[in-house]
Amino acid sequence: MKKSVFVGALATAGVIAGAAFAQMDDSDSTLAAVQDAGVLKCGVNSGLTGFAAPDANGRWEGFDVAVCRAVAAAVLSDPEAVEFVPTTPKTRFTALASGEVDLLVRNTTWTLTRDVDLKFTFLGVNYYDGQGFIVPKALGVSSAKELDGATVCIQTGTTTELNLADFFRVNNISYEPVPIETNAEAQQQYLAGACDTYTTDASGLAATRASFENPGDHAILPEIISKEPLGPLVRHGDDEWADIVRWTLNALIAAEEFGITSTNIEELANGTDNPEINRILGTEGTMGEMLGLDAEWAMRAIMAEGNYGEIFEKNIGESTPIGLARGLNAQWTDGGLLYAPPFR
Amino acid sequence: MTTVTQPEGRSFRLSMLIYDSRYRSATIQIVALIGFLLLIGWLVSNTAQNLATLGKSVGFGFLGEPAGYDINQRLLDYDSRDTHARAGLIGLLNTLLVAVAGCVLATIVGVIVGVLRLSNNWLVARLMTVYVEMFRNVPVLLWIVFSMAILIETLPPPSAFRGDEPSASMLVGDSVALTNRGIYVPEPLFGRVDEEGNALSWRQGLGDVHLFGDSWIRFDVSLELIVILATLIAGIMVSGLIKTRADRIQNATGLRPTTWYWRAGVIIVPTAIVLWLMGFYLGKPELRGFNFGGGTHLRNSFIALWLALSLYTAAFIAEIVRGGILAISKGQTEAAAALGIRPRRIMSLVILPQALRVIIPPLISQYLNLTKNSSLAIAVGYMDLTGTLMGITLNQTGRELEAVMMTMLIYLGISLLISAGMNVYNNSVKLKER
Amino acid sequence: MADYSYVRKEMLPEREPPASEVGVIGWLRENLFSGWFNSILTVVSVVLIYLILAAIVPWLWSPTWGAGSLSECRDIVAELGKEHGGACYGVITERWQQLLFGFYPEELRWRPILTFVGLFVALAPVLFTDAFPRKMLWFTGAYLFLAPWLMWGGPIWTPLLVAAGPALGFVAFRFVARAAGTLAGVIAAGLVPILWWLLAVGPVAGAIQSVVPLGIELVESRLFGGFMLSVWIGVVAIAISLVLGVVLALGRQSDLMIVKYLSVGFIEFIRGVPLITLLFVASTLLNIFMPPGTNFDIILRVMIMATLFASAYIAEVVRGGLAALPRGQYEAADALGLDYWKAQRLVILPQALKISIPGIVSTFIGLFKDTTLVSIIGLLDPIGLTGSIRADANWNGIVWELYGFIALLFFLSCFSMSRYSMWLEKKLRTEHR
Repeated sequence: MKKSVFVGALATAGVIAGAAFAQMDDSDSTLAAVQDAGVLKCGVNSGLTGFAAPDANGRWEGFDVAVCRAVAAAVLSDPEAVEFVPTTPKTRFTALASGEVDLLVRNTTWTLTRDVDLKFTFLGVNYYDGQGFIVPKALGVSSAKELDGATVCIQTGTTTELNLADFFRVNNISYEPVPIETNAEAQQQYLAGACDTYTTDASGLAATRASFENPGDHAILPEIISKEPLGPLVRHGDDEWADIVRWTLNALIAAEEFGITSTNIEELANGTDNPEINRILGTEGTMGEMLGLDAEWAMRAIMAEGNYGEIFEKNIGESTPIGLARGLNAQWTDGGLLYAPPFR
Repeated sequence: MTTVTQPEGRSFRLSMLIYDSRYRSATIQIVALIGFLLLIGWLVSNTAQNLATLGKSVGFGFLGEPAGYDINQRLLDYDSRDTHARAGLIGLLNTLLVAVAGCVLATIVGVIVGVLRLSNNWLVARLMTVYVEMFRNVPVLLWIVFSMAILIETLPPPSAFRGDEPSASMLVGDSVALTNRGIYVPEPLFGRVDEEGNALSWRQGLGDVHLFGDSWIRFDVSLELIVILATLIAGIMVSGLIKTRADRIQNATGLRPTTWYWRAGVIIVPTAIVLWLMGFYLGKPELRGFNFGGGTHLRNSFIALWLALSLYTAAFIAEIVRGGILAISKGQTEAAAALGIRPRRIMSLVILPQALRVIIPPLISQYLNLTKNSSLAIAVGYMDLTGTLMGITLNQTGRELEAVMMTMLIYLGISLLISAGMNVYNNSVKLKER
Repeated sequence: MADYSYVRKEMLPEREPPASEVGVIGWLRENLFSGWFNSILTVVSVVLIYLILAAIVPWLWSPTWGAGSLSECRDIVAELGKEHGGACYGVITERWQQLLFGFYPEELRWRPILTFVGLFVALAPVLFTDAFPRKMLWFTGAYLFLAPWLMWGGPIWTPLLVAAGPALGFVAFRFVARAAGTLAGVIAAGLVPILWWLLAVGPVAGAIQSVVPLGIELVESRLFGGFMLSVWIGVVAIAISLVLGVVLALGRQSDLMIVKYLSVGFIEFIRGVPLITLLFVASTLLNIFMPPGTNFDIILRVMIMATLFASAYIAEVVRGGLAALPRGQYEAADALGLDYWKAQRLVILPQALKISIPGIVSTFIGLFKDTTLVSIIGLLDPIGLTGSIRADANWNGIVWELYGFIALLFFLSCFSMSRYSMWLEKKLRTEHR
């Protein structure tokens, strides 16, 4: 008797569920979704000096941000068509997995677990980093191995704390970790002497030291205790999209290698004697087509914020307050690790 | 109106499910239940589908994996090779620690402020009002961050204690050090040993008992503590016997023998003897290397969180206390005064006992709030349950569903326990109406 | 009559009270030094106040409003020769708009401002029942649909069609109730608007928009930030949770066992877990719970969870209001022959909600303060923005100025709301006695 009520309720629930399903977009291709939306959703750090931060007008600036803009320029022909989604170390992976962002460029270390277990695809390295220590010179410490019993400030939610635990364990020395949520607070504690040393990626340490009242009173220890290849990543399972981002990054790196800059690119686009430059800029070959884009995709990407070297110099290079040297992030021809595969 | 004189044997019609008040409530409930089950089913099927798309599976195997990270503030032993489950347990204990400590301090401060707000001292009453309004109207997260920053900026670093002319010095006979890394206080120790670990005298402690072997819930029980507690309890019981005897004598003769030194003696003397036999002494903190060593270290993060939560909650408790006192009619005070009771005794003997009945229920819900607010520990890096299980563990393993759900259930359990306690209390103090 | 007497015939002139009992000294004696205990308290308080002010005031006084970076501030302060440094207000001058509006486009900021002002106009007839005409309630109703449109923008048709939902529900109630009884009517009144919103509004609004394009610029919710975000989350959550909360409260008071246990279970679950765990659900799990492919942005998800959170607390407040109503009101409604829904609508709820307003305001204050927790999941509310601002190389190292500014904003708004709530409580107390 009551069955009809049950059926009725079931039908209603079905209608509601169906309505909800009706909203889902069932296109598998991220590229198509991005082009339909006309905007690239890019996950970035909610605030890391030099890498990603909004300025007073709300415009995002930084090294990671520039990669997002280059991809947007390649895919959507507009470097401003980016929706920046600030993420924390804890929310970044869910944001990417759930489709909230199309691309994550948030100084994220490429590790096996993240690549395999968390089902992401890393698309190369835009910054080779490593974990280091900063100490006040007054402490009289010249090596991280002398830090037995020291109080160490670390930022939580990153690979940093795991590296730190491993380092002290391997060297059989003790330490007292002070976990801290943000870089700004870590800096405050370190300056007040609440920790003897602060450890994070060496790039972050340099940026932090640059903002001190007396940068000369602090030294960055020589030990780099980990490898931190930071790179952009996307979800598993959409190789076309992964290819686009990967080759956009490669184009930025190759552009520096071949001397393509935002100033001379117009000129070079008229054709050069170097076939590789021509292929990158789309005057020769059909590489854009292969990627599902037009011929000038890489040209737009480079014009957005310049080539890799220009982006580096503008945001974190030696002319900025952060003052990072190229180091590992120099071209392979200059003794660095940057090595873009051939455009062929 | 439906009548009870409905003819027997009339056939059941479907519409009666809605129009007949005998069936209607059952119909509504069944519809509600089905709707609820459908909702649950819908959520579960969505989740399963989404997880399948992401290629993830649900499982708690990660709890058995090594956590890989260190925790500074801990009540049980732990190192980075221990499992995520153990790390979660350490976090849970830290949550409970700060919650209990916070409730105690919040109550003390809250009662004092609540009473002082009613003081006839103009300045003090105003000052307390300013305190209450300031703390109630600014988010607790800001207070937590503030108190951490104040501790860091105002207290000296350990290096200030070093050197020939240190700019800071230890307090209470060189046994307490206030630093911006936390507070170091002496710790109770038993049986002195020299540097090689040889006993320096025959008076030795009893050591610990290790329970649960190597599993994640292992913990040590200090035998010294058990012996001391046993001695204390025995002493208190003997003291109770002496009191009973004194009462008996008083009832029989009208004179009460003076027994306070006996009663104090049977508690203090045996305890002192036991302590001496086990070689009790206080281990003072001292500068070693970068930090103070020895002693008990109360971390800054704990103190900041504890102070901020307590002071924030105390502002609410003060209002509750004030309201409770004001709720007692003035006649009570006047009646007590007419009996010749002194003003301060009126408060403790007449007003407060009655006010407590009004105060306790909202007070407990403030305890509940404090416990829930302790999850903001993450802002100062105090590794509570949110910092371990829902923090680093979640982040390192990528098990959002399991970690968040477990955390919620644990907090729910704590809250329900506190509410259950409140119900028991409410029933026990309910006015017995005769 | 002999001109003598044994007692004085005329009063002595009143004498001035002793100097120690009147004027400043008398006041001081009575209020500050009426005993040794009070005197000690007074002295301790004075010392305490002096110490706090001595630590803060010199720091506060610092003419750095024009500085463009922290190092400029340091230069200015050093020039003044201040020992313990001074505040650096340049960051407030440069960033106050961001702290208030987040990334909301500058030329469109009149919209949140208008919404904010409208909020007071809409609330006035509810909060100050005596001072404003009841006709204004029509504006309050319209505001519910106008405000989201102003904030998010888009075609005007969407809010109009959404607003048509309740009207449709009412029509459905009339028809179904006449044909199939009140209960069916109530169910229809609930279902029709939901189906309308889910299925029809989007396509119909799109169709009308393509014929008669009329609307304002769309602003995506990711651009919401700063203080505006806190207020908006709080307002949306409380507004929706009022409806949910009343339903839950009625469910909890209901005689129907299953309905009651479902309500109790929901309320106790939400009240038993910290808000931060619910926000983690919003940030990490909510998308997993939804059908594959649906994608709310994070601010909408936070609003959903905040609404659920607030509705459990509102339900308890409304339950208190229901319990405070004299039993006679329920009996009188029964005696008039009103059915359950009519009794609730005409007799019980209007009174119960009125006495619940102070509680609702306190819940709002609590929720408003708790919106700061969204910074932990990476939203750029005022506290979240401090992190971003400090990531700017110019302002790296700023602490107190930003937190102080935010604390001041929160204090001003929460304090005034709590004063209103106290005033109302007092008024209700006198009205009821």
